[in-house]
Amino acid sequence: MDGMLKALTASWEALPYILGGVWWTLGLIIGAMAVGLVLGVPLAVGQVYGTRPVRRLASLYVWLFRGVPILVQLYLFYFGILAYLSRFEVLAFLHLDSAFTAAVLVLGLTSAAYQSQIFRGAIQSLPEGQLKAARALGMTDTTAISTIILPQALRLSIPAWSNEYSILLKDSALAFVIGVLEIMSRTRSVAATTHQPLPLSILAGLIFFVLTWAGIKALKTLEAKVRMEGYSHQGSL
Amino acid sequence: MQNESVVLRVEDVVKHLGGQRILDGVSLTVKKGRLKVLIGPSGAGKSTLLQCINFLLPPDEGKVFLDGREINGKSKKELLWLRQRVGMIFQDFNLFDHLTAMENVRVALIKVKKMDKRAATHRAMEELARVGLADKAGLYPAQLSGGQKQRVSVARALAMDPAVMLLDEPTSALDPELIGEVLAVIRDLADAGMTMIMATHQIGFSSSLADEFLFMEKGRIIERGAPSDLLARGSCSRTMAFCAKLSELSGEMGG
Ligand SMILES: Nc1ncnc2c1ncn2[C@@H]1O[C@H](COP(=O)(O)OP(=O)(O)O)[C@@H](O)[C@H]1O
Ligand SMILES: [Mg+2]
Repeated sequence: MDGMLKALTASWEALPYILGGVWWTLGLIIGAMAVGLVLGVPLAVGQVYGTRPVRRLASLYVWLFRGVPILVQLYLFYFGILAYLSRFEVLAFLHLDSAFTAAVLVLGLTSAAYQSQIFRGAIQSLPEGQLKAARALGMTDTTAISTIILPQALRLSIPAWSNEYSILLKDSALAFVIGVLEIMSRTRSVAATTHQPLPLSILAGLIFFVLTWAGIKALKTLEAKVRMEGYSHQGSL
Repeated sequence: MQNESVVLRVEDVVKHLGGQRILDGVSLTVKKGRLKVLIGPSGAGKSTLLQCINFLLPPDEGKVFLDGREINGKSKKELLWLRQRVGMIFQDFNLFDHLTAMENVRVALIKVKKMDKRAATHRAMEELARVGLADKAGLYPAQLSGGQKQRVSVARALAMDPAVMLLDEPTSALDPELIGEVLAVIRDLADAGMTMIMATHQIGFSSSLADEFLFMEKGRIIERGAPSDLLARGSCSRTMAFCAKLSELSGEMGG
């Protein structure tokens, strides 16, 4: 009974500190989703519409970032690349030589590989006639892709995107290894001083669960907002 | 005479697809305000020919002239010019599913013709009214019937002020009861002097509007002439035989 009380007290007292990690976790995810989106869309377009060398290059990228574990990339980025970048004063001045930046980049670059596969599937699921009709109206391929293909493909991608969000949420917990003060690293440090790893881990798990639920809910709302009225075509993802 | 000027000329177009010679030297000339009708069995190459004309499928050999100007297929700029001047209607409509009827008609005015939004919207509404769909402007393609979708696609093509329209079996994907409304729009276009090439199985309808039937088979035009000649009583034309077969299948002439 005494142990239980101790555990609850420890959790209660640690709560504000651990919750402070939510902002870092959310920052990691939002940053990584954004990086993944910005790179994933051109990667997908390159894979579908690119010339042979472009397609090759895009596939190589996807293969590479899907193949190397995030943990390995974190170490590589933090101790290798960012240590090099921090020699440039501009980056240091903008605080871009931080562990947080390294984690956002690693998570984002990996997410871009996965997101590009989502977008590629969505683009390829669109009827071929969409691009044909756009070309027949005198649109350049760039215009056709940006005004006709992508707006449809991105809408169709939102359900799979929710999935990517929850994966990123879990992957973001790995950032503790390079010292980003997100939920997991805070949980670990409190656990080390209070010797209450189990209740604190449960607490962290609950926080992650709530974040997953809230994020998916938000994406569902977005999906409903941008839904194409009466649209019956189902993306095969 | 202005009315007799040649709008479009196709010379000896050859196209291979999947290792096969799909178009085997096709030539035709369309004068201003005339309607040419392509008929022939499925797989004859009608769709391929229409798509070669606006270089959606670049011809392997042969020439295409629009307004007397030979199109250089290697020049992106010329292709974009050509496609702006040539309207295309597809069998399965190909409306942009994420845009309303009005936005479907408007999008190329803004993105291709660089019209400002207000003027483009105004023009789009005019074209929708012309095909009788002003009241459906805010609906998405999935909310429209097949006949309405095809009329929107006609409005979308008309908004670009095309010199010629290519129609690829515009009523083939429609339920029988919806064919009439689309044919009525096409008749209006013909009456208004639009220059057109149409692939269709609607023989009865088109024989009253077309100045020439082109009968295609195996990538060639094997018969051509005025509908009245080809379909004259006692004529033993291929066209006549084909049409007899069509009406046998559908139970009525031009059905
Ligand atoms: N992309 C393609 N690859 C290979 N063969 C094709 C392709 N597109 C069309 N074909 C073939 O070309 C022939 C003519 O097709 P099409 O022009 O669609 O005929 P139609 O419109 O008269 O029915 C058909 O035999 C068809 O199978
Ligand atoms: Mg066809």
